[in-house]
Amino acid sequence: MNLPVIIKFVIDLLAVLLLALGIKGLSKVKSARDANRLAAFAMSLSVVGLLSYYLGTSGIAIQSWIWIIIGSIIGSLFGAILAKKVPMTSMPETVALFNGCGGMSSLLVALGVAIFPISNSVENLDFFKSLINDVSISVSIFVGAITFTGSIVAMAKLQGWLSTPGWTQSKVRHFVNIVFAVASLIAFFDLINGNTSSIWLLVIVSSLLGIGVTLPIGGADMPVVISLLNSYSGIAAAAAGFVVDSQLLIVAGAMVGAAGLILTQVMCKGMNRSLVSVLFGGSLSAQSTASSGSGEYTNITSCSVEECALTLEAANKVIIVPGYGLAVAQAQHTLREVTKKLEQNGIEVVYAIHPVAGRMPGHMNVLLAEADVPYEQLKEMDVVNPDFPATDVVLVLGANDVVNPQAKNDSSSPLYGMPVLDVQEARTVFVIKRGMSAGYSGIKNDLFDLPNTSMVFGDAKKVLNDLIGELKDLGVGEK
Amino acid sequence: MSFISLLWVLLLGSLLGLELIGKVPPTLHTPLMSGANAISGITMLAALTLIVKAEGNVPLLIIGSVSLGFALFNVVGGFFVTDRMLAMFSRKPSNKK
Repeated sequence: MNLPVIIKFVIDLLAVLLLALGIKGLSKVKSARDANRLAAFAMSLSVVGLLSYYLGTSGIAIQSWIWIIIGSIIGSLFGAILAKKVPMTSMPETVALFNGCGGMSSLLVALGVAIFPISNSVENLDFFKSLINDVSISVSIFVGAITFTGSIVAMAKLQGWLSTPGWTQSKVRHFVNIVFAVASLIAFFDLINGNTSSIWLLVIVSSLLGIGVTLPIGGADMPVVISLLNSYSGIAAAAAGFVVDSQLLIVAGAMVGAAGLILTQVMCKGMNRSLVSVLFGGSLSAQSTASSGSGEYTNITSCSVEECALTLEAANKVIIVPGYGLAVAQAQHTLREVTKKLEQNGIEVVYAIHPVAGRMPGHMNVLLAEADVPYEQLKEMDVVNPDFPATDVVLVLGANDVVNPQAKNDSSSPLYGMPVLDVQEARTVFVIKRGMSAGYSGIKNDLFDLPNTSMVFGDAKKVLNDLIGELKDLGVGEK
Repeated sequence: MSFISLLWVLLLGSLLGLELIGKVPPTLHTPLMSGANAISGITMLAALTLIVKAEGNVPLLIIGSVSLGFALFNVVGGFFVTDRMLAMFSRKPSNKK
């Protein structure tokens, strides 16, 4: 072993260690920010390691430098600008976009190696080695393409640029996707047989497969899909590692792939959905309207903002249940104003965070943190559920399915078994909502029919603004 | 590296990933996903390798450069956006004083 090899080995080892520590640190609130920086540092270190290795061995041509610099500057610049500009509410689609580009990168690397075999990989290739080479190229292209098109479709659907076409809810789509999958397999075997041009067939059909699999999935399940695609982009990176013979790529890719799978599992549990039903079941609302839960409401109590303010003023303990509707209305700052007033009046305020509140697990925490809500006031579901019976007022803001008692009481409900917040145990529940439309699941919410529930109709932000006015009139928070 | 040892690397890397994620508070799921996503942009190393080994083959240089651009978009954007999210959590304690 000569010096550059040793140096690269040491740097790679160090980078893997730091990346692992980074992922580990990201799972604790205190260390998360430093851990993210540590991981970023490890990534830069790995680039330095690779470049110094080539400088010390084969050297890097001027031409290569030029293309390296062009690619780096353009990619980094766009990435940094987007990351700075994007609003916190659009975080899920942003992650999807970044993720898709990672997949695209793996795809391009494999494509490049397939079309123009790089020098060291063509020398003395025996059959076994060339087979491995072909397999890793195929996997990298297949997974990379699915990651790319799938992520772009996911992003477009979250942004509202794409709706769910009707035909995708029928059985036809399974047939279509099976055709794409079989075509990918044919292209793969053709490629191994030495027919290089079938690589284009592989690119096209796996891209179509990515679209075909993601398109039928409804908005509520999209976070799960993004998390799964995130795992795929790790697998694509690991496959690219086999293509260019890099252990560092394989380790890092495998870590992300495995971590992404776990995270996907956690999300599925929070929504009471199995991964299989997310991927093959289509949009939940399309199913449930056909089966059950589309019953009529019989006992809706509607009330004014003034009544709501009066009840809040008399309360000792208030629990806020924020949901996706709050994020859409961008009302988290207004909500914070309301709770500040209540706190100044000596009222205990706590936020109950359902594991899948917002659009992704943890998304709501980010949004509330942005509005300066103290971290200690955010309570997780298991912690806060026993507190509801001793609570005077619960404010449900833009949440729906996560407070549906059906999930506990009605075994025929599609929601049955999903962990929910037991808000109906509180003395009074106010649900602030635009109208009587159903949640993601399209299922009737039994909570709205209960005698202790009152509906305050209106846009979350407007209602909260009115509430601030009413509370002011009552002299709450004036001290 | 022989293929078999690369497979070992794959296996151990996967196990490491499974082990690292064990217990994560839901608060951190979104930042974690975004951070892990940035790390998956490690394919930038493969893109760099491609460019260095292109030996003047212009189409390959272009493919490598585009690939590098995509990967760095993923990496730089991913880390920045994660930092933005996490900054909101860490800001809290200092604000209260």
